Amino acid sequence: MRFDSALGLESRKGPLAIAGKTLIYGLMVVVFTGPLVALLMSSFSKTLDPTSFSLWPDEFTLENFVQAGEKNVYLYLLNSFVVVGFGLLLQMLVSVFAAYALARKKFRGMTFVMLLMLATMMLPEEIIAIPLSLVLADMPLLNLNLIGTYAGMILPVGAWGFSILVMTEFMKEVPVELEEAARIDGAGELRIFATIIVPLCRPALGVIGVFGFTMIWDQYLLPLIVAPASDMWTLPIALRSLRSDEEVGIGVLLAASLLALLPSIIAFLAFQRQFMRGLTSGAVKG
Amino acid sequence: MTSTLTPARSSAAPPHRRTGSVRWRGPVIAWLFLAPALVLFLYFKFIPMFVGLWKSLFKVQTFLGDEWVGLQNYQTIISDDEFASAIWHSIVLALGTTVGSIVLGLGFALLIEGPARYLWFVRTAAFLPVVTTMAAVAEVWRIMFHPADSGMLNIIIGWAGVDPQPWLASEDSSLWSIMIMSIWRGTPYDMMIFLAGLVGVDRTLYEAAAVDGASTWRRLRHITLPALRPVFWILFTLAAIRGLRVFVEVYVLTNGGPNGSSEVLMTLIYKLGFQKNELGVASAGGIVLFAATLALTVVVQMLRRRQTT
Repeated sequence: MRFDSALGLESRKGPLAIAGKTLIYGLMVVVFTGPLVALLMSSFSKTLDPTSFSLWPDEFTLENFVQAGEKNVYLYLLNSFVVVGFGLLLQMLVSVFAAYALARKKFRGMTFVMLLMLATMMLPEEIIAIPLSLVLADMPLLNLNLIGTYAGMILPVGAWGFSILVMTEFMKEVPVELEEAARIDGAGELRIFATIIVPLCRPALGVIGVFGFTMIWDQYLLPLIVAPASDMWTLPIALRSLRSDEEVGIGVLLAASLLALLPSIIAFLAFQRQFMRGLTSGAVKG
Repeated sequence: MTSTLTPARSSAAPPHRRTGSVRWRGPVIAWLFLAPALVLFLYFKFIPMFVGLWKSLFKVQTFLGDEWVGLQNYQTIISDDEFASAIWHSIVLALGTTVGSIVLGLGFALLIEGPARYLWFVRTAAFLPVVTTMAAVAEVWRIMFHPADSGMLNIIIGWAGVDPQPWLASEDSSLWSIMIMSIWRGTPYDMMIFLAGLVGVDRTLYEAAAVDGASTWRRLRHITLPALRPVFWILFTLAAIRGLRVFVEVYVLTNGGPNGSSEVLMTLIYKLGFQKNELGVASAGGIVLFAATLALTVVVQMLRRRQTT
């Protein structure tokens, strides 16, 4: 007997077993994707009724997305992309730099720095939301007010313990010989970093890229604190204000929700392998 | 953070010129590479943490200046009924979501374990809730939870002959409804972690058990579950860190209502801080939440130690 799994379901081939399996798997897919499919279909339907979804677009229409434009949804979407674009760029740069020091250098205080990174991961950002708003309103030493600026939404996500640790683990694997050979050839520190280490870490860049994207895209409390005026809103925090509209029903809300969901779903589907890899490594470290 | 920089400088005095300069350069370069991360962490994690601790001892007033009140903010929290019920709701929600997601996640993981192509499809599809934007998903569920007979979930339970439920609209069911959505989003994540753990289970043990004539249940009970023990602890620890801080779900679905029946710590802190401008009390609330998270993590770790020794 062969066992590919604990329950050995795959080796059961009887008609009853196949029917049972189809039912279970079908149910799983329906339960977990149903709400998303319903959203997709309804956002292309004339949904004036605020109560229910349709699983098939009745009367296919783009009206909801046109109306969404009038409600500034595309401005919010643009804000989201600005924040996620610059935020992710910053986050990846910061992570790669920090990981290089942690993985390839030995120095006093390294354990302490590692502990600090872990501490930031143990500390849920929600807990510091209130004092963070005070700090953002008056940055110590800099006397800057970041409330109502894009920088206020971008800088706080710039350093993320998870990215740094994933990157560090990966960089440790790069053989020392490569680095030493380059050093003997007279390559400087930045050159070794930029032309040898970073290119070899491309798979890990995929991991921290896709995780960073979903993490920043999903930010809620931070833009809520930083963007008091609606022209700075990101799409997730704008959704609430799109709820009740007498003229268009829930159509605009559905269209906006779909637009808020799609980017991270696309990122996940495109980088699935990297995502799964980061998921298991992150969980083991967490 | 200046104190963390001193080790680099203290080793900066080279005894020998040549080797010394190399030894001196290494640490400085390391700290330079670390600097962006450390500065950002300092400004957006550590300083806020200390500001929170500090402000929790004051009555924070925008124009009149802060007034030292000692531990009075904490006293307010402890004696306040709203806080007590918010803490209780947070714990119930965290515990229910954690247990529900782990049990269902394990069940589903066992059902879809295997290398077949269609199983990969099921896994990918089932995983989608995890990567979706919380705020948008919560809006979708808010619509599905609509209490009228025509609400999506009421139609579905209607097929099973169950009467329409008020879901989010009733004090009795609001918290449970939020929990349902949280479990829906948490289960696939746990499922994936379990699946990763199942890969590591020694296949020869299954075969040996089959030769000995062990039933599927016994195989599960004595081989699979013990092998997954580390995974359980990982998921519990993660849940301990994440569970109590829930905000977006509640804020979008009910905003704590109706009548405070689903108010959790974070929504209460948010309201105190940004709507009532009680920044001192809100900061103290944040510290309490931090202490609770820390305590829970320590307890889970201690249980884990005891289990493994």
